Amino acid sequence: MSTLHLVNKSPFERNSLDACLRLAAKGSAVLLFEDGVIGAMQNTKHSDAINTAMSDHKFYVLGPDIKARGLNDDNVIDGINVIDYDGFVDLTTEHKTVQSWL
Amino acid sequence: MEDEGVVKKFCYMNRKAPYGTIYALESLEVVLIAAAFDQDISLVFADDGVYQLTNNQDTDGIGMKNFSKTYTALGDYDIKKIYVEKESLEERGLTADDLQALKYEDEDDDWAEKDSLFVVGREELSKIIDEQDVVLSF
Amino acid sequence: MKFGIVINEGPYTHQASDSALQFTKSALAKGHEIFRVFFYHDGVNNGTSLGVPPQDDRNLPNQWSELAEKHNLDLVVCVAAAQRRGMLDEDEMKRHGKEANNLVKGFRISGLGQLIEAGIQADRLVTFGD
Repeated sequence: MSTLHLVNKSPFERNSLDACLRLAAKGSAVLLFEDGVIGAMQNTKHSDAINTAMSDHKFYVLGPDIKARGLNDDNVIDGINVIDYDGFVDLTTEHKTVQSWL
Repeated sequence: MEDEGVVKKFCYMNRKAPYGTIYALESLEVVLIAAAFDQDISLVFADDGVYQLTNNQDTDGIGMKNFSKTYTALGDYDIKKIYVEKESLEERGLTADDLQALKYEDEDDDWAEKDSLFVVGREELSKIIDEQDVVLSF
Repeated sequence: MKFGIVINEGPYTHQASDSALQFTKSALAKGHEIFRVFFYHDGVNNGTSLGVPPQDDRNLPNQWSELAEKHNLDLVVCVAAAQRRGMLDEDEMKRHGKEANNLVKGFRISGLGQLIEAGIQADRLVTFGD
């Protein structure tokens, strides 16, 4: 079982997404939540980073945090799975370690 | 002490510079307590976390306690796996010489003094982190 | 599965406590066990009984307290972090000769060893912070 990485900051504000993608082992999963959901949006200057990393990692984004920020699931980068809190809990059970990129 | 028998790999991940926020100091406080639990401990310093280990910290002018010497005592707590990301140093114009020398005495080798700080490249660090059971981030 | 939850930020300034609350509720609803919720750094402020948020806002300390009562949760505030930030229970108040205490019902103050123990005992440790 691989690691689940949690990123809760916008890539416009912090380097946590960058650090996570840099150090996360191949085959691990990444969940973007809180302000981290901003990194999951299409057509931002950070979108390419995730598109490139998609071959090494599975990506998830927390739907409630998207809605709260007035964003739309339709604008999430193709290939990122939108999940709710139940899905968040399930993801943590499916991975051996949960690492937060604070 | 407690929970005898269970040994997990604990990783303490430090990515923030000292003094600007309390995370570095309170991370160190956790590590000192954790040392009593007989678990497999690794410390990782990456991104601005590498600044926690610099030589010559002098806090006289900011009215805060200089806790940098505590890192050099980690060896006495049997903490001997301290990893610093090479690329994080390079990106900041630092080298290993800018960091404090961290050592421990090896009881299995007639108490010979050995390095406990390892500057490791990105790929190796990625593997080390991936092997952990519990990652605590500060 | 057995979860340990770590909350590193206080209520309101950061979303950490809200996210942790939603996660914990979801985990409980799915039948998982919460071994412990550990409050560290400014997270200790989630245990204050003195907050008076506006009526139309959530009261995070009370929400944690109510959830703890309903599900018998172990909410632990780190003593070292709490002392720095002025979070005291009755024992700590007496021990330090202070005039008041401010820990919400359902929380307890204890040492950092409780965090390490949660890391050892829980199947998953999930940290919410800044």
